[in-house]
Amino acid sequence: MADATLTHDPPAAYEPSLFGTYSKKIGMWLFLLSDSLTFGALLYAYSYGRISTPNWPTPFHSESIVNATIMTAFLLTSSLTMVLAVRASVHGDAKTQRLWLLATMACGMGFVILHGREWTKLIAEGLTLPVFPKQPGQAAGGEFADVSKTVPQFAATFFGLTGMHMLHVTLGVIYLGVIALRRNFIPILLVFWLAAWLGTPAYSPFHYGSHVILVAAIVCSIVLWLKPKVYDSSDVEVAGLYWHFVDLVWMFIFPLVYLMSAKIL
Amino acid sequence: MEAFQVAIAERVAEQHRHHGKSQFFVVWAALLVMTAIEVYLTYQNMQPVRMLTILMGLSLIKAALIIGYFMHMKYEISRMKWLTMCSLVACLALMMIFFPDALRIISLGVK
Repeated sequence: MADATLTHDPPAAYEPSLFGTYSKKIGMWLFLLSDSLTFGALLYAYSYGRISTPNWPTPFHSESIVNATIMTAFLLTSSLTMVLAVRASVHGDAKTQRLWLLATMACGMGFVILHGREWTKLIAEGLTLPVFPKQPGQAAGGEFADVSKTVPQFAATFFGLTGMHMLHVTLGVIYLGVIALRRNFIPILLVFWLAAWLGTPAYSPFHYGSHVILVAAIVCSIVLWLKPKVYDSSDVEVAGLYWHFVDLVWMFIFPLVYLMSAKIL
Repeated sequence: MEAFQVAIAERVAEQHRHHGKSQFFVVWAALLVMTAIEVYLTYQNMQPVRMLTILMGLSLIKAALIIGYFMHMKYEISRMKWLTMCSLVACLALMMIFFPDALRIISLGVK
């Protein structure tokens, strides 16, 4: 047998990535792919219920459609401000980047507030889940008093799908807040938590749902304490990927859930 | 980050510096226009299947614009584009296996 000499190249100083980009970004893409399957499953569950249920309710009046359209405009505008924040960050313009990030957060908060208002209205009219606290004077004769009993799939899939999306938007706002303001954002986050907790009645799902903000504040404090750093343009871009994803998901929720269930008289 | 990761991030950032700001405004305007069309169609009392087809078509175009321009997928290398998008579409398409069952329930007359 002939002798073979195995030679190794000297270790390279620059190792090209298999996917042509840095690992943080690939990691976020992998997370988003898995998360899109979560939302895919919820959207398919909603569509399954819709196809298999002949008396599927159409609860969204013109007012709800206008509300959801404004919410969509908020999200689309937030995607624009986010991409401008990424652009400012790669140009090294920290001040402009922070302003665009704050604008993105404002649009995201506008979305969550409008969505919360929509939920509150529907719950007051009788559309509810068994896990929601009973509201005083709730809907014995409300428009949707029967819907929750006759077609329970509607409330379950509607609140499940839109609730999961609202959670993602809320966490997205917090993520951007940490990127934009770092440790300075923690006290602001605690103020948000107190405002959400004390500003909502005890029977509202948002009253106990507000504790998500408290948990996020604790997690963010630990992360910022363990690894304090100045976030660079790659961090802003990765945060932007997450933010655009929540916008992307809404582009399917809005027509499937709202527009296809509109009651236009 | 490792030195080579910093080098890659710098290269990606360099690519981003060449993106014109105006293209983002054009994409944003296109997304808003398509949303307005969707809402307009809602008020036209169309057949549900036809309306669903148009709405999903518009949603797919909107999704492509967001992924391509806002998420910069258009500027990634083709291996990244094909691997991520094909795996996503394949997994979502597999979930459609449940829909014939939904139609079966209607034909069985289950209340």
